[in-house]
Amino acid sequence: MTQETTPVTDTAEPLVSIKDLEIGFQTGNGFVQAVKGVSFDIFPGETVAIVGESGSGKSTTATGIIDLLPSNGRITGGQVMFGGKDLTKASKQEIVRTRGREIGYVPQDPMSNLNPVWSVGFQVREAVLANNMAKNKKDADKRAIEVLQEAGLADAERRMKQFPHQFSGGMRQRVLIGIGLAADPKLLIADEPTSALDVTVQRVILDHLESLTREKNTALLLITHDLGLAAERASKVIVMYQGKIVEAGPSLELLQNPQHPYTKRLIAAAPSLASVRLTSSKVEAPSAPAGDEIDLVAAAAHRHEVVEQADHAGTPAIEVKDLTKVFSIRRGSFRSEPFTAVDKVNFQVPRGTTMALVGESGSGKSTVAKMVLGLETATEGEILIGGKDATALNRQEMLAHRRRMQPVFQDPYGSLDPMRSIGSIIQEPLDVHKIGDRKERENRVNEVIDEVALPRTVLSRYPNELSGGQRQRIAIARALALKPDVVILDEAVSALDVLVQAQILQLLADLQEELGLTYLFITHDLAVVRVVADDVAVMERGKIVEHGKVEDIFSNAQTEYTQKLLDAIPGANIPLGA
Amino acid sequence: MLMYVVRRLLQAVPVVIGTTFLIYFMVFAMPGDPILAMFGDKTPNQATYDALAAQYHLDQPFIVQYGLYMKDLFSGNLGTTFSGQSVGEVLARTFPVTLKLAAMAIALEFSMAVILGLFAGLRKGKLFDNITLVIGLIMLSVPIFVLGFLAQYFVAIKWGWASPTVGSDTSLANMWLPAVVLALSLFTTSMRLMRGTVIDTRSRDFVRTAYAKGLPGRRVIPVHVLRNSLIPVVTNSAANFGVLMVGATVTEGIFNVPGVGNTLYQAIIRGEGPTVVSFVTVMVLAYVVINILVDLLYAVLDPRIRYA
Repeated sequence: MTQETTPVTDTAEPLVSIKDLEIGFQTGNGFVQAVKGVSFDIFPGETVAIVGESGSGKSTTATGIIDLLPSNGRITGGQVMFGGKDLTKASKQEIVRTRGREIGYVPQDPMSNLNPVWSVGFQVREAVLANNMAKNKKDADKRAIEVLQEAGLADAERRMKQFPHQFSGGMRQRVLIGIGLAADPKLLIADEPTSALDVTVQRVILDHLESLTREKNTALLLITHDLGLAAERASKVIVMYQGKIVEAGPSLELLQNPQHPYTKRLIAAAPSLASVRLTSSKVEAPSAPAGDEIDLVAAAAHRHEVVEQADHAGTPAIEVKDLTKVFSIRRGSFRSEPFTAVDKVNFQVPRGTTMALVGESGSGKSTVAKMVLGLETATEGEILIGGKDATALNRQEMLAHRRRMQPVFQDPYGSLDPMRSIGSIIQEPLDVHKIGDRKERENRVNEVIDEVALPRTVLSRYPNELSGGQRQRIAIARALALKPDVVILDEAVSALDVLVQAQILQLLADLQEELGLTYLFITHDLAVVRVVADDVAVMERGKIVEHGKVEDIFSNAQTEYTQKLLDAIPGANIPLGA
Repeated sequence: MLMYVVRRLLQAVPVVIGTTFLIYFMVFAMPGDPILAMFGDKTPNQATYDALAAQYHLDQPFIVQYGLYMKDLFSGNLGTTFSGQSVGEVLARTFPVTLKLAAMAIALEFSMAVILGLFAGLRKGKLFDNITLVIGLIMLSVPIFVLGFLAQYFVAIKWGWASPTVGSDTSLANMWLPAVVLALSLFTTSMRLMRGTVIDTRSRDFVRTAYAKGLPGRRVIPVHVLRNSLIPVVTNSAANFGVLMVGATVTEGIFNVPGVGNTLYQAIIRGEGPTVVSFVTVMVLAYVVINILVDLLYAVLDPRIRYA
């Protein structure tokens, strides 16, 4: 957790020296340059982080070092000096020999990076044998178990014969870290190693990675989009934007005194850092941001004022009483046992405010959202929407009920039908609920597309032509089309880059102010909660373990579990100059 | 696992009853009198006609005929053909021949599809990929009797590499030419499926991870690409196997293979209800068994698939 203290001596030879690296991709629209002249050094044992948004070229740079680019990618210039050799000019055999043995690699998504048809033991053993770390299969098995235990899988021996689908995401990432470190490489490249994991798991994995690399004096190249995380873990941070390095330097210095406007924007937009700034200084938000910069701290402060002034009297928009959901889980062919996913949950959300429901995967937060939306029936308890019980509705009433309450889901790629135009996607709820005539529906579609600040020209386009952030705006526009009172945001910003995330959060805040919306915000990320929510309920294993005002929870968490979640926010302990 | 197999076999019962009923009905409804057909241009006297009709239950209404037939079927008696042979014996003689021919053809088809598809996928857009595509499309579009006659004329008659007809010697050595013809006519779809899956699998994250471990391409391709790409090809080839089990009537005709295709064709022409239905029943069962085997094979290929 503490800052890396490895001295970066000028006299030491760098382990890797990258000079003017240029990488491009052959696409349908011709050759696109993704990395445009990048130069940096990594010294032995040092941790360096590259930070940037998607498309900044950070992952391309990392995979380019050991020639793991996709088949349409090509290094077009510059050099990667490693151990006295230029890897960009190395033969295939030399590259194969370098991979694994000299330079290990930990990929981003633990779900897709293990081959589903081979056992975990087989895949680790393969890495051991490929790098001559064992003479025979028996030795390789022993070494594989060792590797997995080092990576934090205590019962590795028993689990060797299991397959990836029998492992959780965190465990798979441990396996991948084990594979990356199996041959004691001098450099480990970790490409967003935890962005697909829960915050608490993320922290455990990063702690582990840190201690392992320090123990073995392995240099670590960490690729991330989270500046807070980078600053916390690395001694040197490199900020990339559109294929170029815009700023680089010791992490604390860079964070406290950013020079480049893009770095400033990243810092302002990072929820993890914003929450630090909010907690550390009760002073008013910093000077008004310039240009299209979005400062989450300023936005949060403004939003807070608005909500304070709002009238909280009257019936709450959402009221949940003793809500319980019991699933039956199959055990073997004929038996099944009950599993209580949501256990007597109670909360109220006053009109025009935002309540965040926080917890790790499997805590039951999404099940609550599904029940409130009427997508899942409650086993017991009541859900009152605007004072009306939503658990005992017939088909007709359910339709009317859904009109007042709309969801926005996590994955902006999966939640829009790729075969339909944007216009028809937004119009669909209007058609389903038979709102107005054709002309009126078209007008409404134009209205909401204005509300989410997208040009009307996107209406005739298709989801695959839009970026993740634009798609999420479309998902919000579709939710708003019916003029609902309540919007359920299920991890609605979790899949987005920090800058895009900040824009969407800003948009949600603006819409709430304009339209008086009530939000139920489901998330695993407490950092985001800090800047968007008024109330927060923390869920653990189906129960609400803590509930209160956001400020109170953040300054004075009552339960250990909440404290654990708070500590897991990357960058939480970084002193910022403000 | 055993429970799963038993359940699947039980599901086959209504399938068998349904198909036999349909086939029996269709044969019954066909125009023409099967007894008159047996005598060719001659006309049998009334007594002979009545005796034959009674023997084959042709004087009874449809539903009674079907009931009697099913009763016999379940007691193991498949009836007799109009030429007096036991249907069971005819089946026992012809079915193994067809099974052998189909197995040879599918083994060839599967190997060609996997090997050519793999290399076409690895060399996407290159010369090899295009050549296999062109050859595959030609094989797919040329009617099987053209392919059969050409193979028979050139390979067997002109060059003398194989016997032009199979006849009663149904050894593997004597049947390879029709098997090759069948394989050529079928391999294209499987090959293109294989090629597509290989291209898809190759760009998957776990393949990149395999390279990142330091594995050379000669290990990554067979271990991480090939096995993950097999499921769609297995499905398609198994379906092809099912089709061949029903008898490659045209190919069997050209090469004079004494298999079910030929026999079934004759039986349909003569309107022999019991023969046709018995053959179809056995084919349905064969189809069901093949499908169960393929489903079990999936679990071997992909450990995520489990049957309980």
